Amino acid sequence: MERAAAGPKLSARHITTVFQSDGKSTPVLDDVNLEVGQGEFLCIVGPSGCGKSTLLSTIAGFLSPTSGEVRIDGEAVSGPDPRRIFVFQERGVFPWLTVEGNIEFGLFSLSRPERRQRVAHYIKMVGLEGFEKAYPAELSGGMKQRVEVARALAVNPDMLFLDEPFGALDSITRLIMRGELLRIWEAERNTIIFVTHDIDEAVQLGDRVAVMSDRPAKIQQIVDIDIPHPRDLSAPRYLELRNGIFKQLGLAHKV
Amino acid sequence: MSSLAQPKKWEKLFWPVLASALFLALWHYTAVWTATKVFPSPLAVEKGLAELARKGLLWAYIGDSLRRVALGFAAAAALGIPLGLTLGWYPAANQTLNPLLQILRPISPIAWIPVAIILFGVGDATAVFLIFLGAFFPIVVACVSGVSNVPSVFRRAGRNFGLTPLQLLAKVIFPAALPQIIIGLRISLGIAWLVMVAAEMIAVDSGLGYLVIDARNSGKRYDLVVAAMLVIGVIGLALDLGFRRIRDIPSVRWGVRHES
Repeated sequence: MERAAAGPKLSARHITTVFQSDGKSTPVLDDVNLEVGQGEFLCIVGPSGCGKSTLLSTIAGFLSPTSGEVRIDGEAVSGPDPRRIFVFQERGVFPWLTVEGNIEFGLFSLSRPERRQRVAHYIKMVGLEGFEKAYPAELSGGMKQRVEVARALAVNPDMLFLDEPFGALDSITRLIMRGELLRIWEAERNTIIFVTHDIDEAVQLGDRVAVMSDRPAKIQQIVDIDIPHPRDLSAPRYLELRNGIFKQLGLAHKV
Repeated sequence: MSSLAQPKKWEKLFWPVLASALFLALWHYTAVWTATKVFPSPLAVEKGLAELARKGLLWAYIGDSLRRVALGFAAAAALGIPLGLTLGWYPAANQTLNPLLQILRPISPIAWIPVAIILFGVGDATAVFLIFLGAFFPIVVACVSGVSNVPSVFRRAGRNFGLTPLQLLAKVIFPAALPQIIIGLRISLGIAWLVMVAAEMIAVDSGLGYLVIDARNSGKRYDLVVAAMLVIGVIGLALDLGFRRIRDIPSVRWGVRHES
């Protein structure tokens, strides 16, 4: 993995977040530090409710940390930015727009022919040809997720933030979507931060996996996944890395 | 027939027609057997309708009533939708104005009649104003709740793509709230049609509401009273059915539950 000489794409320094509600304060993130390289695929795993999503929302600029700072390309993040798109579970697809309308959503500053061309390109990339005029209610969960990924990619972002994007899909669709995401990432080379509670998913996808602790969350460890794609899910090295993370989280991997 | 079985096509039409026929028969024979001099039989009502049509009053009155409802309803939508969207968008504005709206809302438009006559005199404007009042509040309330129920993922997604607040309102908040706004519009159109009758009894000398009161006052023509009632019912149903078609538009259908 090559990193830009000018420094990391993203650096989060001393991110601490405390939620206030009804006079009670709940510490969520406790001095989180993180660096992500240009074009890197970073996965964040951790127990559910640990603050993974809070961290991702902070990096994306939707939440301000109580203290600390996120810098992207050396610039402090102060809000969401169309150069960096957040992908929700398929819930983020606009139900009042067709597949085409959704993918076109972020392209309002482009000319009509350019919009057309981009929409067609990304519909093809996510394999939704023939569904251009369909409404989300007519699509399966996996297809809606593709729409959302295509909508994000269409604005040509240099970073993608994915918050458990495949969490609501059945296990077969999830496996297919992982393959699709890697294929797209290899073609586009955006920097991706991918939050998941699924350790296998993290080890299958990421260049590195950041393991978070329970709340208030710190980053316990960052694991380099030094296996080239496509990854053999029964190779000893894969199992070794995966088991290491299970151990790190204090989970016995026996049922 | 089990309640789960899909009714056949002819059944969907047959049973309602049968029920209506039975109702008409009951009405007819009750009128005949009680030998009432006051209450008209269905046949008398039908003759009354024909008489109104022959005089040219029927269509003129229907036209007047529809025009007043259209004006009052359109004014209510034109003012109520922007106000409701604004209040939903700025919670502080809503907190300020909500108590006032909640006090005005339960006041029947009929209670406004004296005030309306002072403001607008006896005439069309008063009738339209009363209809407007009846339709206005449900529209505002539907817009406020429509906007505040827009899921935060939609707002976030809109902001993420770099929309200005105005673009966010037009491209995300409004379409996301539209199904609920349309339900509010449908309810308020029904109310506007109800209020029309009372408004026309008081403020004007044409229209279906006026026909009801005038037929009674000038010669106790109960056949015409009931004829006017029937016309009001049928047109009210037609308006509602027409409105229901709007929710079958694909960009709205996703958010409307299909109850009758």
